[in-house]
Amino acid sequence: MNDTLKNTLLFAAVALLIMSVGFQQSWNSALLIIAMGLISSIMALGVNLQWGFAGLFNVGIMGFVALGGLAAVLVGMPPTEGAFAAGGWGVLGALLLGAGTILLAIFVMKRMDAGWLRTLAVIGVLVAGFFLFRGLLDPSVERIEEINPAQTGYLGGLGLPVLIAWPVGGLFAAAAAWIIGKTALGLRSDYLAIATLGIAEIIIAVLKNEDWLTRGVKNVIGVPRPVPYEIDLQNSAAFVERAAGLGFDPVESSTLWVKFLYIILFAAVLLILMWMAQRALHSPWGRMLRAIRDNEVAAEAMGKDVTARHLQVFILGSAICGIAGAMMTTMDGQLTPGTYQPLRFTFLVWVMVIVGGSGNNLGAVLGGFLIWFLWVQVEPMGLWLMNAITSGMAEGSPLKEHLIESAAHMRLLTMGLVLLLVLRFSPRGLIPEK
Amino acid sequence: MSDPYGDRGNKDVSIANPKGMGSEIPQRSGQTRPAPGGPFLIGENMTAGYGNGPDILHDCTIAVDQGEIAVIVGPNGAGKSTGMKAVFGMLDMRQGHVKLDGEDITDLSPQARVAKGMGFVPQTSNIFTSMTVEENLEMGAFIRTDDFSDTMAQVYDLFPILKEKRLQAAGELSGGQRQQVAVGRALMTQPKVLMLDEPTAGVSPIVMDELFDRIIEVARTGIPILMVEQNARQALEIADKGYVLVQGANAYTGTGKELLADPEVRKSFLGG
Amino acid sequence: MDLLNAIVAFLNYVFVPGVAYGSQLALGALGVTLVYGILRFSNFAHGDTMALGAMATVLVTWLFQSWGISLRPLPTALLALPFGIAFAILLLLGTDRAVYKFYRVKKAKPVILVIVSLGITFIYNGVTRFIIGADDQNFFDGQRFIISAREFKRATGLDEGLSFKTTQGITIVTAIIVVILLFWFLNKTRAGKSMRAYSDNEDLALLSGINPERVVMITWMIVATLATIAGVLYGLDKSFKPFTYFQLLLPIFASAIVGGLGNPVGAIAGGFVIAFSEVTITYAWKKILVYLMPESLEPSGLVQLLSTDYKFAVSFVILLIVLLFKPTGLFKGQAV
Repeated sequence: MNDTLKNTLLFAAVALLIMSVGFQQSWNSALLIIAMGLISSIMALGVNLQWGFAGLFNVGIMGFVALGGLAAVLVGMPPTEGAFAAGGWGVLGALLLGAGTILLAIFVMKRMDAGWLRTLAVIGVLVAGFFLFRGLLDPSVERIEEINPAQTGYLGGLGLPVLIAWPVGGLFAAAAAWIIGKTALGLRSDYLAIATLGIAEIIIAVLKNEDWLTRGVKNVIGVPRPVPYEIDLQNSAAFVERAAGLGFDPVESSTLWVKFLYIILFAAVLLILMWMAQRALHSPWGRMLRAIRDNEVAAEAMGKDVTARHLQVFILGSAICGIAGAMMTTMDGQLTPGTYQPLRFTFLVWVMVIVGGSGNNLGAVLGGFLIWFLWVQVEPMGLWLMNAITSGMAEGSPLKEHLIESAAHMRLLTMGLVLLLVLRFSPRGLIPEK
Repeated sequence: MSDPYGDRGNKDVSIANPKGMGSEIPQRSGQTRPAPGGPFLIGENMTAGYGNGPDILHDCTIAVDQGEIAVIVGPNGAGKSTGMKAVFGMLDMRQGHVKLDGEDITDLSPQARVAKGMGFVPQTSNIFTSMTVEENLEMGAFIRTDDFSDTMAQVYDLFPILKEKRLQAAGELSGGQRQQVAVGRALMTQPKVLMLDEPTAGVSPIVMDELFDRIIEVARTGIPILMVEQNARQALEIADKGYVLVQGANAYTGTGKELLADPEVRKSFLGG
Repeated sequence: MDLLNAIVAFLNYVFVPGVAYGSQLALGALGVTLVYGILRFSNFAHGDTMALGAMATVLVTWLFQSWGISLRPLPTALLALPFGIAFAILLLLGTDRAVYKFYRVKKAKPVILVIVSLGITFIYNGVTRFIIGADDQNFFDGQRFIISAREFKRATGLDEGLSFKTTQGITIVTAIIVVILLFWFLNKTRAGKSMRAYSDNEDLALLSGINPERVVMITWMIVATLATIAGVLYGLDKSFKPFTYFQLLLPIFASAIVGGLGNPVGAIAGGFVIAFSEVTITYAWKKILVYLMPESLEPSGLVQLLSTDYKFAVSFVILLIVLLFKPTGLFKGQAV
């Protein structure tokens, strides 16, 4: 069996799985799986760029995805009236001051000779800067958060079309990746894993805590959409008529239509990114990347700047995750910082990449769809399984209740099992690198 | 095709220990057969390489007999160290045999060869740098179940400086002292034959002379020594038997004196 | 008098909690550092190993409680701890046989083992939730305080009370005993020395006749013991909730790296450095400053440098600073 046929069959199998959801459960669920599968594929594409083509181990995917979500809020939401006047300049000033402090500390670090005097100077700059920063930030923040705290209490966004947020999300993630890469890849050895793990937690902590920016755990809801609202469709006579013509009731058809539009948008983004990734990898740049991956010493000896290449690919991969994050928040219509969990947003994407096939873009896409399908469908499958197992048990027995209740936790177990099975029996993934 | 178990060039020390996973050592059955006669230790007609890689040794023979010092010399990349490792069982043998003391040990793992009485001092990473000198010697005696304090005393007699530094971390010692620790560690098993891979690599000429003296002293206690040396002339002077390897095959073989006198050998390998 | 009050407040809110938390982190970091030293990879499943070991202990504790067995005034969990440890040892040895060993034989690169450990993380996490659920579980019993704040105030006449919880006392004492035993084992016993030798130079250890499988087995047993103890102590002191153990991964890794990966002394030092930075930076110092400063200078705010939600940020910034100045950690680790 040749590769093309095998890959086609694999994708067909996943399509069949998703269609079975459509037939057995509902087409809404099936379309949702496709939409989220597309987003997952994009994340996997970004991580595959880093791991598959450069061997960089990023465990902070969650942070980049969340930054994309932040972009959706900052770009798409309308500005809160009076918030910027109340404290916007103060916050901006404080942020600039904070950045300035760090730059000054770096400057002192580079200019002064090593010794206790330098250490003292750096610490002095940082401490003084921190208190100035807090002194400027805190009152402004208080003023912003006072404005209608139940509804807003934050700066709001720019009120621009939310589609702009997608590239902006990529830029946010790229900027964060640049800072991380500069520090973690510039050290004598790499410390990328722990650095990304830490930064991701910090980003989530900021989103949860800085109410002036994201309303924190109160969540931002009602992020504007790039597609029509279901209710508007249902009120549109033309739409209802067309739906009726096809034999659909207006409510179901409106939800399906909205999801379909999202799928079109997401698929377009995926195709563009996929095309770019493939082009990049077959360009001299991509060949150099793989040369470095396969033999860093030789590449270095030929005068290739390994750190710079790694930094580039790390930024690109993270930016892709940021785009995916913005898309996800757009579709959800809300930013809920409390829901970002490393297992779901970092490690699950890793499972997608490994299962799909490290180093193969098509594999990443397959992995994205397959693993997302399992992530969503294992719970009902587990429930069904538990019901089957416990069918012989007495009604109301504690074991039966416990088993049925625990079916929800089958999902993590299954993900681990799938990852381990693939690593063991098909260690190069379902669609291996050529 | 990418290696499914490779690291894709990842250098992230926060998740992966840069020391890696140790060398790949071929799996062996562990069977021995009696093979009487011949020299005490011989690697006979060895053709060998790493894993599925190309052959590095071609029909190469190396041997050492009781009370002898045998030296392997040759140009860089001639397969000197590889020959040594093949005798010690760290390569995949395609053809040939290794015999020790009347026994065919071709199918033994390196560890099993240590238990049979072979002592091996690798060229690099031949000591436990983070452990004290004394702990290094203790680890050398790991397979012994009897009291090894006598042997340790003998090692300290042979290398007095080690006794002085016995509580110091071996990694803090000078190059020559490290080599003494390495040889001392190998002696702790009371080996029946000692194999040294370039024991004088990277030490100063004075220290080198002293090391050679010590090695002769070890040989006088009755342990046959097989060693690889970069300093061919000096090594052949103390050798009872010499092997000149070129491209993984025997080029010249003879006593040390014969080789030193051979005009061909002088011209090609001893610089005239 | 004010100075005494300030000292007591410092001990009560910063020092004692810091030491207890530091001990827990140190025990966790020791496990991570041992796996890194011997098995050569960072074990992402360590947090969930702690959770599973603690879970087994919790279940046995409940069983004992239902039988009416108790260890008053100490918590019954101490009695159940050996069973939890035994469970964790079986679990890790089983995992090694079923999963890790395959890759060891293949001489897979450490990064592959890291990815494998991600899979194990999912499975352990799922199993824990499957058996005991995702919620908070209380398994503490026995006397709550060694010194209670009220008694302390009455006895000393100070305004500030010093409370010393039983769990904090147990944590500190247990950590000291465990660390002493571990170092005795590593430095004085044949098996311990063989572990250090293997960690130092795998090939040479092999040539010396050290059996790698045995070293790996002993390592997993020690790691299981350390993880269970750390997990139970943390659970007693705070509360048992599966997810918090997963979250402990970052401060534990940070501790191990700050100290120098692969170096046990470093792991302990790193644990305390991280714990104290977290506690001091997220503590509201107003209470203490009020005693120390003249009334006119009293701070108006809480004098809290960062809100407690940023404690991860603190571990991470400390980590970054150490790495920038000393890339191999405070104590020379294996990451050279």
